[in-house]
Amino acid sequence: MTTTNTSSPDSATATEWPLWEVFVRSKAGLDHKHCGSLHAADSGMAIQLARDVYTRRQEGTSVWVVRSDQIVASDPGEKGMYFDPSEDKIYRHPTFYVLPAAVDHM
Amino acid sequence: MYTQAMDVMGKDGGDAKPGLRSAEEMQRQEQFDARIDAGEFIEAKDWMPDHYRKTLLRQISQHAHSEIVGMLPEGNWITRAPTLKRKAILLAKVQDEGGHGLYLYAAAETLGSSRDQMLDALHTGKAKYSSIFNYPTLTWADMGTIGWLVDGAAIMNQVPICRCSYAPYARAMVRICREESFHQRQGYDALLTMMQQGTDAQRAMVQDAVNRWWWPSIMMFGPPDDQSPNSAQSMRWGIKRVSNDTLRQKFIDATVEQAKVLGVTLPDPDLQWNEERQHHDYGAIDWSEFWRVIGGDGPCNEERLGARVKAWEDGAWVREAALAHAAKHAPAQAAA
Repeated sequence: MTTTNTSSPDSATATEWPLWEVFVRSKAGLDHKHCGSLHAADSGMAIQLARDVYTRRQEGTSVWVVRSDQIVASDPGEKGMYFDPSEDKIYRHPTFYVLPAAVDHM
Repeated sequence: MYTQAMDVMGKDGGDAKPGLRSAEEMQRQEQFDARIDAGEFIEAKDWMPDHYRKTLLRQISQHAHSEIVGMLPEGNWITRAPTLKRKAILLAKVQDEGGHGLYLYAAAETLGSSRDQMLDALHTGKAKYSSIFNYPTLTWADMGTIGWLVDGAAIMNQVPICRCSYAPYARAMVRICREESFHQRQGYDALLTMMQQGTDAQRAMVQDAVNRWWWPSIMMFGPPDDQSPNSAQSMRWGIKRVSNDTLRQKFIDATVEQAKVLGVTLPDPDLQWNEERQHHDYGAIDWSEFWRVIGGDGPCNEERLGARVKAWEDGAWVREAALAHAAKHAPAQAAA
């Protein structure tokens, strides 16, 4: 199984439309969120189809599409090791620091 | 209900006995089981037992097929909806079903199948779809009845799947459930209009539709628990959260009350409240009809599959042309 590539599997043929990941910003001020994927022949079609399928209920002010094979992903098999360094650095959290009650609102 | 085909099959031949397994695989299996027991989600690239993958791939792809084939019985009435409002509503509903099919195909593809492979399985009859879509839509009242009963049953089945252990399926389900609620409400609303403001003929039409769709709707939940050999494994893996019979009972209890408000009778003389059980007793289901329909011998099986195959074949030139167009303009896009 491929680990760093989220594209469609080896079983996809050259006659299939490529896979695209869709990201939608639902309203101004928010991030784009991944909401799904779809097949389209090119980027123009991908954007239009993404609008048609993923924003039917006014859930979108902005849509991004990215070809799935362009996405680089961390290896889920190495998840534990890869994210380990952040687990024992508890001094990054505000709760690590005990302060007098009078100033604890910091 | 999307496990219908698996409910009626025997256990999967290929993986009845795992045979020799390496120590590493056994350890992965144990870790996997522990994650399931802890209620954790499995993502697409996580290790998973082969049987888990195959079971999910079959269930999700058949769920997707059901959505797409399900567009056909209702698509039948778009040109004949009685008012512009009803036409727009029906269009929106059928459009939603297409979208639901997409979410589910996308989820299924994460398990190692391609769209073409899944559609080929559908078109050659190897893959199934929910039995309910093999029945004809004979009157406008069928539209309201399908929304009320068929979508109602689907919602009851789909809500627990929002907590399925396989995350892509669960996420698709959350999206679907959000959209599905209007499907049932619009159907019930249409029936209410006919029952409360309609003529005697329209009320009779509603009752006739209910008479035809009731039993197939409760069959949607699949065979009784003691005749569903694959249910136990699906429950163990967090794919199936609630049993067929439990869901069916819940649906019947809810629907009896809704039928009273509508003023229709449900065509089951044995349907009555059981004070001891605190549930409605209901009559014997004719499972021979279910086996026949899911086996390919329902009223519309041939027509449904024929329509899908024709759409696929007639649309080939569109798929090819789009790819050719994209290829022609690709160098310009890359440079831009």
